[in-house]
Parts: sequence; structure tokens; C-alpha cells
Amino acid sequence: MPAQVTERQYQGKVHEDSRRLMSAWMGELGRAEAEGRPTGAIMISGNCVELLRACHILPMFPEVTALQNAIRHKSLPLILKAEQAGYSSDNCAYVKADIGLFLEGGMGPGKPMPFPNLIVCNYVGCNVYVKWFEHLADISGAKLFMLDVPFLRAAEPSPADIQYVVGQLRELIALCEGVTGEKFDIDELREIIGYSIRAEEGYSRCKHLCKHKPAPFDSYFDSINLMGPINVLRGTKEVADFFDVAVAEFEGLVAQGLGPLSEERFRTVVEGPPPYPYYKNFRNLFAKWGAVAVQSTYSTVGGIWEWGFRHDPARPLESIAEQMLRENLTNRSITTRYQQIRRYVEEWDADALVIHSIKSCRLFSAGQGDMRDYFTRELGVSTLLVESDLEDPRYYAEAQLKNRIDAFFEALEHKKVVVRAAGRRGAGAPPAEASR
Amino acid sequence: MTPEQILDQCRELVARPLGAVAERWKAAHPGGRAVAAYPVWAPAELIHAAGMLPLSLLGGGTSVELTHADARFQSFVCSIAKSTLELGFQDIVKGIDGFVFSNICDVARNLSSIYHRNFPDVFVEYLHLPQNSTSPGVAGYAASELRRLTQGFEGAFGLKVTEPALAKSIETYNALRARVRALYAFRIAEPQRLSTTDLYVTLRAATLAPPEDAIGWLDDLLAGLRLRDARPRDRLRVVVEGAFCEQPPLGLLEVLEEAGCYVVEDDLMLGWRWFTADVAGDGDPFERLGAAYVNQAVPSSVRHEGREHRSTGLIEKVRRANAQAVVFMPAKFCEPALFDYVLMKQGLERAGIPHMIVEFEEKMWTFERTRNEIETFVESMLFD
Ligand code: SF4
Ligand code: SF4
Repeated sequence: MPAQVTERQYQGKVHEDSRRLMSAWMGELGRAEAEGRPTGAIMISGNCVELLRACHILPMFPEVTALQNAIRHKSLPLILKAEQAGYSSDNCAYVKADIGLFLEGGMGPGKPMPFPNLIVCNYVGCNVYVKWFEHLADISGAKLFMLDVPFLRAAEPSPADIQYVVGQLRELIALCEGVTGEKFDIDELREIIGYSIRAEEGYSRCKHLCKHKPAPFDSYFDSINLMGPINVLRGTKEVADFFDVAVAEFEGLVAQGLGPLSEERFRTVVEGPPPYPYYKNFRNLFAKWGAVAVQSTYSTVGGIWEWGFRHDPARPLESIAEQMLRENLTNRSITTRYQQIRRYVEEWDADALVIHSIKSCRLFSAGQGDMRDYFTRELGVSTLLVESDLEDPRYYAEAQLKNRIDAFFEALEHKKVVVRAAGRRGAGAPPAEASR
Repeated sequence: MTPEQILDQCRELVARPLGAVAERWKAAHPGGRAVAAYPVWAPAELIHAAGMLPLSLLGGGTSVELTHADARFQSFVCSIAKSTLELGFQDIVKGIDGFVFSNICDVARNLSSIYHRNFPDVFVEYLHLPQNSTSPGVAGYAASELRRLTQGFEGAFGLKVTEPALAKSIETYNALRARVRALYAFRIAEPQRLSTTDLYVTLRAATLAPPEDAIGWLDDLLAGLRLRDARPRDRLRVVVEGAFCEQPPLGLLEVLEEAGCYVVEDDLMLGWRWFTADVAGDGDPFERLGAAYVNQAVPSSVRHEGREHRSTGLIEKVRRANAQAVVFMPAKFCEPALFDYVLMKQGLERAGIPHMIVEFEEKMWTFERTRNEIETFVESMLFD
């Protein structure tokens, strides 16, 4: 095995600023109840956070709470609490951790996490969202608005789809006005959208910078620093500025030829959410091989910005509807995702695809065996499929994962050697091999 | 025909491979097409109005061994999704020209596009059925989605759905559903004369035949059942809830009854009896069907109903059927059923209605443990 690859331990300003911004938001949520500030629960995928912001409703994201509890190794007792209350071991653990938080006394009036005043279920692809927010409405007694976003069934949403979503957005505005007692101002929404566009532009630019070799950051593991701001805090000036800083920092790294590891040996595209309870361990399994994710699908659950879509202040509601309908991973079919990944592999010049299959999340994972089949058999892309969970630590089997990952990269290393040798001989490419 | 003869005929139809059912109909209707619908609800009326044979697509049941599909779908995915894909790989659905799926859950959604990728020569459509039940634009949106499906039929098969044809098909399916409602009402009144396995097989057979034929045999069955001799027994009257998509094996339904229950209500084959009353009104039949989807739907785990709590419909069902308890019967890994279980169970507890849970898989073949559990539950209820 070649010389040890090390992490540069680079955390940088992006990491610092992202933490600061997210903590400030959490702080606001913690104070909201005492300050009498209305809050609205909403989901990450293809969200309409701009609208809540324009209505002066502080957004809260139960998914973020769930993942933070997982990162802090607090998710298992919450999950168990929910299972004791009747939730199945086969239900999405994000939901269980959230409901468990309530059952444990961590959510509700006077608790660290308030009950939302309004629950906006942006039903964007994931059917579990519908269930989750029904349950949240049941425990909190808050009004639930079901924002039904038609799944993308063709390349473009139909005019009927857009009209349907815009109609519901208008209804939501009226509902928010009822909650806050304040009149909605479309110009304020336009201004918010202006900040969103700057953030979207920056996020896209960061992701495109990973086309460089080495990529300046890991587009799977480090993307979390960008995902919080883009998905949760989009539409604020602070986040627009944050992305200016991020772009400058990553451009600097590109100029210096620096990436997240001492050496970039393999460029991967990663599909599926990360195992939050073992984030660092999982990362290390790849880092030691010099494997850097140059693109990831998880970083597009909230929005796909790298293909050029931006909100539009001239058509604020319509462009919010379009983003919810079309420009996010969750509202697209799994086979459309194959094409997204294919572009990533080709345009970001990746060596392999890593599929992290998540038991909790059927939206992402159900059928990933077919995805592997498509990439290995039809495209000849080396593909690794491993399984664990994004929230439930019981499904993370490190020894097994390590064996699979090591075997995969050994084979990939071998393949590279063969390709290089064949290149020197001027021979054709070796046959594509699939690693299972 | 006697009820026994009708039931034998139904059993024979249900046992036949789905593709063979389509081929037999097509042999009698040269140039005809057959379109199968995955659970839970699909607008069979539209398929029928296009002159095609609507069929239910319910997975492989106990008969199909997985040879390909388990490499595509992981171990934590429900069986019906895998076995439905397997039907394609094993050519068991050869003869079926189109497949309709809808947004009942994340698994069905992925299945739809994976099915299409693996079998690009057949027509596959994914319907978005509204989850918002109260906004003013919803019924109109549902109608536009139905129109989109007919455009798909036209593009794939050159078959148009005209408004008069659809109006006629709605009438036909109204008539079919009225018979089914009558059978359900009959079972509530006289469960000793109509077992759940018999009712289930009859209903399932009705989804594998032209509705006009099914109406005929359901009428005969209903008339014959009234004359059936059977003495009521001391059994626990239960509602079965959660088996709306993956099909429980017949053996499980039998065990439920043998262990001392009368199933007086259930959600088996729910999509084929989706409307609480006839699809009503005059005028544009697409609009009427869309509005019925939103305003006349039975409570279901795959549809959000903003106007009532998850447990309300179930509790009403218990009261209406004069049932004493609920047996939850979710398929293993079925998220919609497993999530609803929690809210429904809490609602039942508040209402003082006893319940138990029995998870199943379509291929389950030993029922002894389940039998014991049910017997214990029944005894605790009847003899306490
Ligand atoms: S199923 Fe997946 S997308 Fe849906 S709530 Fe769970 S983790 Fe999120
Ligand atoms: S059985 Fe449940 S999880 Fe499986 S496809 Fe049907 S509704 Fe979805």
C-alpha cells in the first residue's frame, strides 16, 4: 500500500462561520417562545424558507435537530423512547428521534426546542414527511398546512403543477398573516430572494471548484458546512456574505493546489446521506485511501444549484414553486438521479461511485441495487454499495464497512495501475470491473 | 350459479398468472390492451373508458421466487415491491401493456421508475395524487392529473378517452362499488355467512375481470349468500387495518377466523372500493372523478386527510361495523401502515377499543405463532 494519506486538519473560515451562523439560528429558536416570536416547522427538501422569512416566521427544521442529535451521539435513547411508544424499528429514525425528543421532555412549551406555531409540510417527494408532520401536529396541536408539491413526472413540471403550487403558496401566505397578524409584503420577499440568489450562486461555484484536482474540499463530508447555510438560512444577508467568503477560501485552496487530504488519490461521487452518528469514523475509512468526494447527491436534497437554476425576484412565487417542483433531488425520480450522478462522474472526472444505502430513508435507498447495476453494467463505473443509517447507530457496523471499503479501493488501485501500464503501452482501456 | 361455484371461479381467476389473465381477455378482444394498477387507488375508470382491461397489480404473493429483484431492492424494502418487479423479470406479466403507480410511499415511487428502466417497452405512468385535501385548487388539480394519464394512453396506444365514455365507465364502476359495499354490509350483518377469505377472493377476482362481468357474479353471489345456511358463533368481531397494499397470504386471513374472530371490516383491496358513495354529479367526468378523489375517499394511510385525525376513520369503522377490537395487520417494512399504527393505536386507546398487531409478509407460510397470539387475544376479550 502506498504512503499514508493524512488529513490536513483544515477547518478554515467556512467551517467556523457555518457553525457560528447555525448556532445563532439555534439560539434564536431557543429564545423564540420567550420573545413571542412565531416559529414554523418546515422540511429541508426543496423548501420555501424564503416565504416563511418574508412572513416573519422563524423557520425550524426538525431534520436538522435530528441530525444534530445524531452527531452528538444522542439519537439512540430518543429512538428507543419512540419505539417504546409504538414506532416500528423499520420506521425512518429521523422521525423517531424527533418524536423521542418530545417524549424525553426536550421539546414543547418551556423546553429547549419550542413547539412550532405553524407546521408547513412541504411534501416534496418524501412521503415520510407527511407522516412526520402529522405526528408533530398531533403532539404540538399546531396548525398543519400540507403543501402538496407534485412529483416531477417529466423533464419539466407542467403549467398545472406550477399553478397548483403557487395557489397553495398564496394560501400559505394568508395563513402566516393570520399567525403573525402582519401583512405580507411582496417586495420584502423579492429582497430576500435577492440574497438567496447570491447564496445559490456561491454554493454552485463552490461545487464547481471541486472539478479541480485536487478538489479544494470534500463535497460529501465537508458539504455539511455549506448545506446548513444554504438550506436553512437561505435568504439572509449573512448567508449571502458567507458564500462570498466560502468561494474566496476555496478559490485560494485551488490556487495553492490544496485539498482536504495530503494527497487526492481517488475522486469519488457519493450517493446517499451520511451516517451522522459515526460521521468522523466513516470519513476516516475513505480518507486513509486518499478518496475525496468531488460530488455528492446528498448535497442537493435542498436544491440543485449547480445546473444554473436561481430564484427569480421578478417571478417570486413562481420561481419558489419551480424550485420545489424541479430543482432538488428529492422531488425527482431515482432514475433521474442516475443521470445526475452520471454527469457528476463524467464532468467532475470521478474514478468511482460510492452508494451509502440508508435503512431509514427509502426515498434515497429503495432500489439502489438497480442503480449499482446501471453504473457497473451499463456504464462500467466502479461502484461500491455499503449500508448503514443516518440516525440510528445500531445499523453502523464498522468492521464490515471497513472490509468492504478496503477491498473496493484495493481493487480500484489495482485497476489504476493496470490503466497506467496500458496507457504506457498505448493499449486500450482495461475492461471495466464492478466491485460489489 | 351457487355461491360455491362463483367462489371456485374466483379462486381459479386469482390463482392465474396476471399476464395469462390479460392474454385470455385479449384473445377474445383482438387488438385489446390491458393496463395494471399498483395499489392503492388508481382510476380504473380511465383505463376502462379507453377500451382497455383494468387489472390489479398485487405482487407475486406466495408463488413467485425472487431471482432478480432482491439484487435491486434491499432487505429492508417490503415484499410487494420486490415481487412486482420480479413479475416483470420472469415474464409473468407478459401481455400487460401498461402499469400505473402512484405516490403512496417512497418505495412505490422508486419502483415505478425502476420498473420503467428495466422494461422500457411497456407503458409506465406515475400519478401524483394530491396529499392536500382542503385547498380550493386540489380537486381541479386531481382532474388535470387524470387528463394527463389519458394523454399517456393516447400517446402509447392511440386510444382516446372521451367524456361520454368516461361518464359511462364511472357509472359502471359506481355499480360495481355499490355491489362491493353491499357485500361488506352483508358481512357486517351476517359474518357467519360470508367469511373474509371468501369476500377477499371475490373482490380480488373482480379486479381481474371486466367490471360488467364482475357485477353479474357479485349480484348472483349476494343473492345466493342470503340463502346460505350458517349459525352465528361466539366470536370476536374485529376490524383489520393496515393491509391496504401488500397482500396478506390467504392462510393468515384463515387463521384469523379460525382463531376465533369474525372480521367485520378491513382495508383489503381498499383502492377498488375507494369512494364512500357513488361518484356523483353532472358535467365534466374528469372533474367529477377528481373531486371524488379528494372529497369522497375512504380514510387511508396513503392519503393525508386534513379534515380529521388519523384515528377518526378507524374508530368510525369500528362503531359502524359493531366491532369489538382492531387487529392491525401491516406488511413488514410498510412505512405508511407502521407510522399510522402509532396515531391510530393512541386514538383507539383513548376510545377504549382493544387492539393487537400482527405483521406479515406476502410469502409468510407458518402461522402457528400468530394463531396463538390471536387466540390469546380473543380469549382475553371473550372470557374476561
Ligand atoms: S425518509 Fe429520508 S428524506 Fe424522508 S424524512 Fe426520512 S431521512 Fe428524510
Ligand atoms: S407495502 Fe407499504 S411500503 Fe410497500 S409499496 Fe405498499 S405502501 Fe409502500
